[in-house]
Amino acid sequence: MPLASSPTTVPVVVDEAKCIAEKGCTVCVDVCPLDVLRISEETGKAYMKYDECWYCMPCETDCPTGAVSVNIPYLLR
Amino acid sequence: MDEIKDGLAEVACDVLVIGGGTAGPMAAYKAKVRNPKSRVILLEKANVRRSGAISMGMDGLNNAVIPGYATPEQYVKEITIANDGIVDQAPVLKYARNCYGIIEELDRFGIRFQKTENGDFDVKKVHHLGAYVLPMPNGDTVKKALYRQLRREQILISNRYMATRLLTSRDGHVAGAIAVNARTAEFLVVRAKTVILCMGAAGRLGLPQSGYLYGTYENATNSGDGYAMAYHAGAKLANLECYQINPLIKDYNGPACAYVAGPFGAYTTNAEGSRFIECDYWSGQMMQEFYNELQSGKGPVFLKLDHLHDETVTEIETILHKVERPSRGRFHEGRGTNYREKMVEMHISEIGFCSGHSASGVFVDDLARTTVPGLYAAGDMANVPHNYMLGAFTNGAVAGEDAADVASGIDLPEFDMAEVEAERERVLAPTRREDGVPPNQLEYKTRRLVNDYLQPPKVTAKMRLGQLRLEEVRDDLDTNMMVRDAHELMRSLEAASILDCADMAAAASLYREESRWGLYHNRVDFPDKNDADWFCHTLLSKKDGRMVAEKRAIEPYLVQIEEHERSAYDRQRILKQA
Repeated sequence: MPLASSPTTVPVVVDEAKCIAEKGCTVCVDVCPLDVLRISEETGKAYMKYDECWYCMPCETDCPTGAVSVNIPYLLR
Repeated sequence: MDEIKDGLAEVACDVLVIGGGTAGPMAAYKAKVRNPKSRVILLEKANVRRSGAISMGMDGLNNAVIPGYATPEQYVKEITIANDGIVDQAPVLKYARNCYGIIEELDRFGIRFQKTENGDFDVKKVHHLGAYVLPMPNGDTVKKALYRQLRREQILISNRYMATRLLTSRDGHVAGAIAVNARTAEFLVVRAKTVILCMGAAGRLGLPQSGYLYGTYENATNSGDGYAMAYHAGAKLANLECYQINPLIKDYNGPACAYVAGPFGAYTTNAEGSRFIECDYWSGQMMQEFYNELQSGKGPVFLKLDHLHDETVTEIETILHKVERPSRGRFHEGRGTNYREKMVEMHISEIGFCSGHSASGVFVDDLARTTVPGLYAAGDMANVPHNYMLGAFTNGAVAGEDAADVASGIDLPEFDMAEVEAERERVLAPTRREDGVPPNQLEYKTRRLVNDYLQPPKVTAKMRLGQLRLEEVRDDLDTNMMVRDAHELMRSLEAASILDCADMAAAASLYREESRWGLYHNRVDFPDKNDADWFCHTLLSKKDGRMVAEKRAIEPYLVQIEEHERSAYDRQRILKQA
């Protein structure tokens, strides 16, 4: 059977003005237990690639510039 | 990143620790300190700095046996009674005797424990009988403190490697593990003289009511990989039918939380605001009363804090919104719940395996040894009941020291390269398909079936139907699962672990033909506790490729339980005043 791509809102939001991933920072990607964050090749900024979040907050807590914020996944709100 | 690459490397060590959450770092540290000449590798699917159940720290110790407040014998008695007697007391007694030394060690690592104005430990009473709960004011720094020790001792840390299977030698001794990189799909064979499994709970087994796969009580990385690996290596797993089910904040699935808010005067109520349970300590008997109240006309169930002083609530919030599950404040904000004004709606969690809170785990003795020579287990996945974080640290330490001692006396066991090749084929098969079902759908279906057929109240005919449906999922997983990148490959391996755990949950629950541990094993067609036939452990294991169940006698008690003490946890419901 062919695959579809279904849209989903993701809980982790990155403020691209504050994110310094293009300078080589990968802290949020490194600490995420579920390994769902990546650096975008297009923008050079961190983003949530996979909607598999435990809303646990190391990404937000450890971000050196306060660029990351964790929201409660929509289904739980 | 995430592109699938072809690769196979091999390393060797004396002691391999798999899982860098709570028990794992302590096991690796203790192994290295015990024998500084030994080579110790710590393998972790995520990153040791922020992995596992205590990723964001912990608010306190739930089961501290501190001289002057509790005795090891009293603790053993409490845990034996809370577990309906199905306990080998030797590991529990060892924990109770060792845990104070671990508290002192954690204190040296920089973790503080709450003291009163007189300088005594500020121990709180939450359990039915004794006092064991000790707050940790800087509990958010636990992982950092552990990580510093690992660096100091030069433990070799391999992050983002997911172990998939254990290797064993021809004579059945553990010989290491096969792992796959979660971002490149490259393989790593780690040869070892001894292996310690510290891979956490099977927390992604039931499906949360929200339907969100990752909205679990346990850290969602804890997908039962350790249970599955131990099973496939031939280790015996004990009392898996004694599920973990916890009372949680509805939908958020975080602790509510009896251990933090309880000592400040908060408590569990029904919709009328009345207490209905004697004691908020998490036991199967308490969960049964919780479940009954939820189903009754007086439900649902709430955590009540709105009677507390503003300053008290602020103090509770400061703890609950900073440590362990700090996004809880945001959840309440979104719902417009202020602890001062409204009671907090609660519900019960999805099912899982976790000795941290119940008793379902890989069978171990008082040296944390499993039934496979050279293989150890500690933390949430080892069957020392009601272990919690301090149990993971303490038993991890026991495992680390014994594993280092054993490793220093033996040569590196041989392994069969054909096993590695076969495992590579199994793991990579979904990457070679052009068409098929993605892991997230297989996982969703497995976990939906767990909810429909395996969660209590347990009904024999339903569980048998569940087994048939799960067989169909297994057929799809074996022949039709497809993955497109290394990240999905990790999820596909987790889906396989989850399915293995679902099969084990069904087999164990069907085997024990009685009801025990309150809601955890409430078997409707065998409603009574039957000590004559079932006062024993049940063990599952893999023999000749098949899952088999057997009974194992409880070791004679070291701390005797009087007849009148046995039912202390059965009397949970508050009796109506005449």
